[in-house]
Amino acid sequence: MSIAIEFKNVCKQFKGSAYSAVDHVSLTIEHGEFITILGSSGCGKTTLLKMINRLYDPHEGSIEFFGEDISNKDPVEFRRKIGYVIQQVGLFPHMTIAGNIATVPKILKWPKEKIDARVDELLKLVGLEPSEFKNRYPSQLSGGQQQRIGLARALAVNPDVMLLDEPFGAIDAINRINLQDELLKIYTASKKTYLFVTHDINEAFKLGNRVLIMDKGKIQQFDTPKNIVASPANDFVKSLINSARGHEVFLEV
Amino acid sequence: MIDYLLRYPDKLLKAFMGHIEIVLITLVVSILFAAMLTILAAYSKIVSKILVNIFAMIYSIPSLALFAMLVPLTGLGKDTAIIVLVLYNQYLLLRNTIDGLNNVEPSIIEAATGMGMSKSQILFQVKLPLATKPIFAGIHLAVVSTIGIATIAASINAGGIGSILLDGLRTVNTAKILWGTLMSAGLAIVVNGILNVVEKKIT
Repeated sequence: MSIAIEFKNVCKQFKGSAYSAVDHVSLTIEHGEFITILGSSGCGKTTLLKMINRLYDPHEGSIEFFGEDISNKDPVEFRRKIGYVIQQVGLFPHMTIAGNIATVPKILKWPKEKIDARVDELLKLVGLEPSEFKNRYPSQLSGGQQQRIGLARALAVNPDVMLLDEPFGAIDAINRINLQDELLKIYTASKKTYLFVTHDINEAFKLGNRVLIMDKGKIQQFDTPKNIVASPANDFVKSLINSARGHEVFLEV
Repeated sequence: MIDYLLRYPDKLLKAFMGHIEIVLITLVVSILFAAMLTILAAYSKIVSKILVNIFAMIYSIPSLALFAMLVPLTGLGKDTAIIVLVLYNQYLLLRNTIDGLNNVEPSIIEAATGMGMSKSQILFQVKLPLATKPIFAGIHLAVVSTIGIATIAASINAGGIGSILLDGLRTVNTAKILWGTLMSAGLAIVVNGILNVVEKKIT
């Protein structure tokens, strides 16, 4: 297997902040892995993600994308090879659903028939009937449906790496579980690399082949869900697992 | 009053058409100029702040004073009037346009950037279409204010409805004063009404 993403001693500190948002992080992600990044707000997980598509650039250290240092790449062109989904979805309200999904294919000047076919294919993939949704506008969709479109838009040019920043954070519990299942299906069929940021431990353990637990800008543990539960690396990870267990006990009562 | 209209219809028409001419030329030049400045401002926050501040300062100068200031440089007449009106409009147009562009939902811009849209693609395909409402509001304001301030341009011999009004005031001719007032106020009210309808339709 090839290495998709490698962080080499990466630091990122924001102006006016006393500590680093990401503090000397080194890690390796193989192509085809589904990595979830787990941590509470302010732990640096989103910063870590945004350094991969160069929305932020590291202060120190380097990041390699399939063996190439990303700091040498033109950020705009580079980002087109990476799918990006955010919690607020960020659909373009003045464009139809088809127009939204076709954003990157249009920039890459795909022929019209190819774009049309791809839009239909993607809508089916995310569980929405193309003829019904293609010509609607984002405001006519529910939150869950909007995020499905966000996902379809990110998948449009079949990127090798998908970055998802708490994509289901604002979606109700039932829809969230459906979306998680469908995302797993899409991932399994695609064999691409997925990085998924969440603060929900159940979501992180359900989706990830490996879970990256972060706190205060540092990696606390990076391992399979099984290994993390079996041998938590430190007190922080232990308390995180206990908090989730406490939740389950409460549900059983 | 009707008497005056019957006796000098050509005089009134000429003044009215002269006014429309000044307003239209001003508008076209203003929008083109503002579009250029907006693109400049879209690429740099500092430039946009400097531009808005400069034009805010110019806007605060009373029109009669600004006309007087420019006469030694550009002479009497229509050209000077149009320069002044264009300068005034920049503040109205730029402020509304820049605010409109900056107020586009940040998550939409983040998604667009993350997908790999360039700065100009984001400006033209995302920000501008989402800012049509404030941009049009700026144009609306500029049109109405140009119609008003253009009457004062008669004081530097630029013609227009203001010339009837000033003549009337100088010779204490009530008919002229009334026609001047009616035409300038009427024009502003009618155009404002039309723009209100258009504004509702496009947004």
